[in-house]
Amino acid sequence: MKTLGFARLLGTAAVLAMLPLSLSAQTLKVVMESRLSALDPIVSASHQTRDHGYLIYDTLLGLDAEQVVQPQMADWDVSEDGKVYTFTLRDGLAFSDGAPVTSADCIASIDRWSQRDTMGKALMTVTERIEAIDDKSFRVTLSTPTSIILDAFAKPSGVPLFIMPERVAKAPLSEPITDYTGSGPFVFEADRFEPGVHAFYRKNEAYVPRDEPPSWFAGGKVAKVDEIERIEMADQLTSLNALTSGEIDYLQTVPFDLMPMLEGNEDITRVTLDSIGYQIGYRLNALQPPFDNKLVREAALYAIGQADAMQAQFGDPSFYEICGAAFGCDLPYASDEMADMVVESDIDKAKALLAEAGYDGAPVMLFHVTDISAFDSVPLVMAEQLRAAGFTVEMQSMDFMTMLSRRANKGPVADGGWSIFVTSWHKTEISDPIRSYMVSASGEDGYAGWVKVPEIEELRTAFLSAASEEERLRIASRIQTLSYENGVFAPLGGYRRVTGLGKGVTGAIEAPANLFWNISKDGE
Amino acid sequence: MWGYVLKRTLSIIPVSGVVAVLAFLLLRLSPGDPAIIMAGDSATAEQIAAMRSHMGLDQPLVAQFLLWLSHILRGDLGVSLHSAVPVTEMIGGRVGPTLALAVTTMTFSVLVAIPMGLLAAWARGTSLDRAIMALAVLGFSAPVFVTGYTLVWLLSIKAGWFPIQGYAGLSEGFWAFARHIALPALSLSTIYVALIARICRSSILEILNEDFIRTARAKGAGETTVFLRHALRNAAVPIVTVIGLGAAFLISGVVVAESVFNIPGVGRLVVESVLARDYPLIQALILLFSCVYILLNLVIDLSYTLLDPRIRY
Repeated sequence: MKTLGFARLLGTAAVLAMLPLSLSAQTLKVVMESRLSALDPIVSASHQTRDHGYLIYDTLLGLDAEQVVQPQMADWDVSEDGKVYTFTLRDGLAFSDGAPVTSADCIASIDRWSQRDTMGKALMTVTERIEAIDDKSFRVTLSTPTSIILDAFAKPSGVPLFIMPERVAKAPLSEPITDYTGSGPFVFEADRFEPGVHAFYRKNEAYVPRDEPPSWFAGGKVAKVDEIERIEMADQLTSLNALTSGEIDYLQTVPFDLMPMLEGNEDITRVTLDSIGYQIGYRLNALQPPFDNKLVREAALYAIGQADAMQAQFGDPSFYEICGAAFGCDLPYASDEMADMVVESDIDKAKALLAEAGYDGAPVMLFHVTDISAFDSVPLVMAEQLRAAGFTVEMQSMDFMTMLSRRANKGPVADGGWSIFVTSWHKTEISDPIRSYMVSASGEDGYAGWVKVPEIEELRTAFLSAASEEERLRIASRIQTLSYENGVFAPLGGYRRVTGLGKGVTGAIEAPANLFWNISKDGE
Repeated sequence: MWGYVLKRTLSIIPVSGVVAVLAFLLLRLSPGDPAIIMAGDSATAEQIAAMRSHMGLDQPLVAQFLLWLSHILRGDLGVSLHSAVPVTEMIGGRVGPTLALAVTTMTFSVLVAIPMGLLAAWARGTSLDRAIMALAVLGFSAPVFVTGYTLVWLLSIKAGWFPIQGYAGLSEGFWAFARHIALPALSLSTIYVALIARICRSSILEILNEDFIRTARAKGAGETTVFLRHALRNAAVPIVTVIGLGAAFLISGVVVAESVFNIPGVGRLVVESVLARDYPLIQALILLFSCVYILLNLVIDLSYTLLDPRIRY
């Protein structure tokens, strides 16, 4: 009997040993490009916080891969005059604490979001009221008919409209939330969160996905892994080694200079999940010399060209694009108007403009951000191009966070002020005149640079209420021309990240954000 | 001696007070505004002002300092400006890995370096001495990241013996702990092995010229007894000083090893908090490090009395 019992035990153990792949919880280990520190996706516009938001919150509407707005949590009807939009929540929506999602939650979330987001703010200028009809539907009444409301509610990046419980969304913007209850496909495990170490998200078993196949931010958000562990890894080489050795499954960004290490490695899939990509650009400080003179700003734009800067930054032309469109190439409002001015480096023209302006050699303070690998070499090339044109250029190196703080200084260079800063935006954040901060020209109250071009601001308002797409295209094109003529900003080119997927990882969604529904490790 | 211990222990209070004032002022006077960082690139001036007010940064410096001080006296180091997690919790979670790394590194370093130093002193002027000292120079000159990446390439990627990154506490089992801590400790210890071995060699050589060593040899003591009982013990004070200062430096300076091996320790936390201008966290970390330095110096000073009975406090 004893022998038989032992044999049974062995048999059971053998069966159990063969089962763990199907029975054990499946954890997807991901390493993102930078650290998740802030957890309020409305207060913080950080892309890491945004991606954290997509895991745990749902959105009213979603943009699909064709860049068409689709229903997500809600469907909508619009009145014949185009002024009244009625949104109806679909069945089965609930927060992770079990409470149903109601129109009161949506209205509170819209209210908080619209205080923060540029499109939300613009929308509120044409919104008369938002009111609940019942628990599952609410109505937005506009003063001007505009379909921008749908684009704004489905805005994928910057600050997306995430729906939170009313009690959470009532927090003022100055107070980041501490209750992370959402109704998305995953649940954030706040008690396991260690900032700078890791964050855990478990599958939301109560989430009811839509039936349609996933497409960008629309369609069914099916969580196919039980848990996601987001591991913070500061060192790029270490994270790439961890991917190739199978210690992690998903590396958001494979550094361009380390790409050769993956050549010939059939276990690792390199994909460009985000086909839209980023725009690198710069703004000039119009409040202080020398760029308080329009001709000097123009000279700078003529002096700086894209090809050398992009080549110095990325090394391989397949990793970057040359693009003179203010609202992004291959996007709805792309335009060639005056693109040559910002694409080519025309030193002779810049010299002539400086002579005409009577430039006296006032120093240009160029901020050199050293901790963003996407544009840390660009200012070095810009400085040389400006010097070639006759500018006196000084550079100060700093991390991005210091740059943000120093950039708030509106004073002269001698008092710690600045002349040029370089930054980058995801193209979905600059793809039209309403969302783009780079074309902001409202003076001292506006985005850093503080140039004042009233016509641009009037055109941005007109864009909001434009009656047709043709009119919007015309307005966008005109804003691009004015931006370059007035030295408001200039694009420096674009790039797309390459993501590394470990062995067996399938179903990663192609989208201009990092989305973790539909992804699985079933290929193992 | 107990009076001395009490006096030194109490000296932590004024030193910490000075450190607190300096840390507070340095942070406030250096460029970088946590409200701007938190609000992000696209925030308006009003949003930044509201955030600054919420963080209490719109108050006069003196008021901010007194508020912070009153919280510290109640044992409250504040919460992280960014993650809203209590600072003590954040530091508490990071001390373990750093301490484990420091203790392992120093233990390994001492176990390897002192025999190396003794051997070099014993074989002074020979090729063995020169080989040991050449190794010491190499170990001291090689940056931690170079040693670290080389070890990872050899022992993790090629041999597959160790994990590439991460940390496992003792609670996850000794074997897991040892496998994760081995490479970072090894890469860090090259510097300390070199340093301790050189100090050990030079101290012993100095002692070997003393009269009491000649007396010991004249009395017929063997070389082993001369080296281990007489020379090493009398050379211990500078060696212990280097080990102690090395330990203090290790605890606060392991950031490179922590980054290369992705160990969630205090070193990385310092860098992260400084980049984010997370004032409460930076201030707490500076206070912590100053206390560590003071206590380690105290331990070193007290150990002198055990090693050299002539020293009295």
